[in-house]
Amino acid sequence: MNTTHLLGLVGATLTLVTLFELLRRRHLREKYAVIWSVVAVGTVVVAVWPQGLAWLADLLGVAVPANLLFFLASMLLLVVSIQYSYELGRLEDRTRTLAEEVALLRLELAEHRADSPEVDPLTPRPRPGEDVPGE
Amino acid sequence: MSVPADPRRVLVIMPAWNEEKSVGATIRELREVHPSVDVLVVDDGSGDATTQAALAEGARVCQLPFNLGVGGAMRTGYRYAVRHGYDVAVQVDADGQHDPRYLGQLLDGLDDADVVIGARFAGEGDYRARGPRRWAMVLLAWTLSRLTKVQLTDVTSGFRAANLRATKVFAEHYPAEYLGDTVESLVIATRMGCRVKQVPVGMRVRAAGQASQTPVKAAVYLFRAVLALFLSLVRRWPSVEDTTAEVPA
Repeated sequence: MNTTHLLGLVGATLTLVTLFELLRRRHLREKYAVIWSVVAVGTVVVAVWPQGLAWLADLLGVAVPANLLFFLASMLLLVVSIQYSYELGRLEDRTRTLAEEVALLRLELAEHRADSPEVDPLTPRPRPGEDVPGE
Repeated sequence: MSVPADPRRVLVIMPAWNEEKSVGATIRELREVHPSVDVLVVDDGSGDATTQAALAEGARVCQLPFNLGVGGAMRTGYRYAVRHGYDVAVQVDADGQHDPRYLGQLLDGLDDADVVIGARFAGEGDYRARGPRRWAMVLLAWTLSRLTKVQLTDVTSGFRAANLRATKVFAEHYPAEYLGDTVESLVIATRMGCRVKQVPVGMRVRAAGQASQTPVKAAVYLFRAVLALFLSLVRRWPSVEDTTAEVPA
């Protein structure tokens, strides 16, 4: 086993362990973990069985198998980036709508408070049997 | 008590971003000419005392938690207008460049249109633009004239009135993107079956600041305008759920 295979294996193992740990701590949504898991498993396959890559390169007419690997890797990264741009745009849209709603609600709230100053909805009322905090 | 000449409930939406110096005077002037209209200032995440200045003049103020741009501020205003039963929503910029004396003409224009634009190149006033900026405006106006089948000369004007039909459309689909608040919103309105027309207005020099005029900036403006126009023409606008409906009691 040469250095290239070892590098591939170590990289794939690190990726899989990191993914698992992030998922376990609920820092990563499952839908994003899937694609990276597929990538990591693919890396393992290429590392332990490079003949597969050579066979595929031969089949597609690519002279150097590594070039096929680079091509596939960059295409994958491109697709993932586009997917992120899409998700980001959707989030911006939703944030914008929420900001607009917050602004309208703040105005409604201010008007209600001006109408009935004795009921201040922002002041938490102490529950029965509960001491005033700060003691 | 005298019956007001105009029975329609009119809301003036004034998007304001760091306009503490001019917003007060703009509201005051508007009130002098049209005392019956309600004014809603949408503070677009200002870092200065825009809100306080507007409140001091007795306007209602809606504060966005952060800057969204004119499109976001205007959609907030249109949502307010629909929810509070206004018949007409008018955009007036807070920097004082829109002369409130022309508001009457805009409102009259709604008799036979759903959206009325106060156009700056239509004979009144002396607003001029040159070079790539001018070409962009001509191109935008030509394309939108073809689309709306109405002769339009100034589609980037923010001085515009919308009746309830158009206000409902804008409350749902008012783009926040570059030039979306002016050009794309007209495309959307037309697609939704609203009639657009323009009336000539005079425009005043901005109280503070000047539109970018260097050749490079003007060329960038042209490029972005063409891109924005192209996108607005090819985009699909799916109907979304009505989010402006009153919350049931």
